[in-house]
Amino acid sequence: MANKRVISLHSVAKQYGNETVVRDLSLSVQAGECVVLVGHNGAGKTTLMKLMLGLTRPTSGKVEVLAGNPALRTAVAQRKALGYLPESVAFYEAMTGREVLTFYARLKSVANTQTEKLLQLVGLGAAAQRRVATYSKGMRQRLGLAQALLGEPRLLFLDEPTTGLDPSLRQDFYQLIDAMHQKGVTSLISSHALNEVEARASRFVIMKAGTMVACGSLDELYAQAALPAQVRISVTPGQTTRVAERLGTAVNIAELNHQSLSLWCSNGEKMPLIRRISELGEVVCDIQITPPRLDEVYKYFMRGDSAS
Amino acid sequence: MRLLWVLALKELRDGLRNRWIAATILLLGALALVLSMLGSAPIGSVRASALDISVISLASLSVYLIPLIALMLSFDTLVGEFERGTMLLLLTYPVTRGQVILGKFMGHVMIILVAILAGYGGALLIMIAVNGGSTEGWQAYLLMMLSSLLLGAIFIALGYLVSVLVKERATAAGSAIGLWLVFVVLYDLLLFGALMLDQGQMLGQQLFAMLMLVSPTDTYRILNLSVFEGVSQAAGIAGVASGAGMSSYLLISVMLLWLIVPLTTTALVFQRREL
Repeated sequence: MANKRVISLHSVAKQYGNETVVRDLSLSVQAGECVVLVGHNGAGKTTLMKLMLGLTRPTSGKVEVLAGNPALRTAVAQRKALGYLPESVAFYEAMTGREVLTFYARLKSVANTQTEKLLQLVGLGAAAQRRVATYSKGMRQRLGLAQALLGEPRLLFLDEPTTGLDPSLRQDFYQLIDAMHQKGVTSLISSHALNEVEARASRFVIMKAGTMVACGSLDELYAQAALPAQVRISVTPGQTTRVAERLGTAVNIAELNHQSLSLWCSNGEKMPLIRRISELGEVVCDIQITPPRLDEVYKYFMRGDSAS
Repeated sequence: MRLLWVLALKELRDGLRNRWIAATILLLGALALVLSMLGSAPIGSVRASALDISVISLASLSVYLIPLIALMLSFDTLVGEFERGTMLLLLTYPVTRGQVILGKFMGHVMIILVAILAGYGGALLIMIAVNGGSTEGWQAYLLMMLSSLLLGAIFIALGYLVSVLVKERATAAGSAIGLWLVFVVLYDLLLFGALMLDQGQMLGQQLFAMLMLVSPTDTYRILNLSVFEGVSQAAGIAGVASGAGMSSYLLISVMLLWLIVPLTTTALVFQRREL
């Protein structure tokens, strides 16, 4: 295909019985992107992944992954190019870590040398001889990542990949993902934790009760949410009221005390405000501008009332 | 084909790992030996070899044991993987759902094959050695081994059907026991009860034979007890099959049907299943 579109969803909906889990969702993902699905539990993130993996079929709409319907028999061969790490991954408990990985490697026609390399890569080299039943949550998650990376997939689906991992393991985990991205792998990651994935995502898809409430890069989301930045001005002690008066009634003052005042300021008003502040002269000692935090943006979309 | 082997070998390894195969071989082998020792007493006036006699006792035993072993191997295989969550991952690999069923089936049949070969085959060699190298009646014994394998395969397929239809492992276990009771105990009990009450009034021999064909275990029994003359005379059952005009081809076809129908139904249901 000329355009390197890897995933495209056209007004996809999925119902289980009477319950609508995904409604009218359209999304397209280009090769090399890292798209992060964010939303509460039950927002439909896992179902969306299952739809893209061909594990379930949409009630209506069209799903295309690597230029084919993933639920068709013809898509079976192209699963070699996919890697999937399910949420709370389960393995055959009686098998050792190495046996599990070798089993999956054979299904993907991957050489044993790669299996060993992956075991080392995720740090399970020493535990490879132990039965999976004895593994901790973190070790299972690492084995899960190892199987997802088998056969150097072009497209990765990671469903809450870092739950149960301690902070240092998380770091390792994201380093691995970053390394995959350098190679041009496309990935779809679902997560609760926005801050953690912030730096990696090329795009966020925010989901709420089966609907996509927002989609875009970090900057686009900030712009969409139009949340005000906080500007904090330190002034010569006792001058705060005068400064507030001189800034005019248009500004939205949040807090005022003896020697500082902080105010809310939308993106468009920011530069004019700063110019006005600088015109105040010596009275102003310092300015601090704090842009809205990512979780505030997230909260904004989760509330869903665009009026605020 | 290669993928089928990968899936089948995994099931076989599981069988070896949890000592399933070892236990079944021991059980089948020990029982075959004990029965053949006990069975060698009545030889004499009856024109039957030691192997013929052991075919009768082993076939009667296999009718109970082989379905039980096969169901215990198979009832968990799909519902268990759904419940534990391993099926989710497996189906994102480049295998079709049909291959998953067939691969597992091959693996489970291999487990039964190994058990039958080692258990009954081992006993056969010992019996031949004990009887001073006499191999008379080996054909009947071989048929018994092969049809036991087929019986095992049938109940593996029935176990899969249970496994794909129910929602929970516990339900699957219960249903498997139910299946076993129906096919191995209750159906025969009903049939014989009806026969006793009827006193040959309405149920003709023909109808009785047809009713026996409904159950795969009865078909297996008739096959083993009627095909070879030595066995059927010793068993005193010769009339049933030949009187109803049942050829061994018919009997084997019925058994194959009992294999193919549940297996394809399982594959079809599995095909539609959404995860």
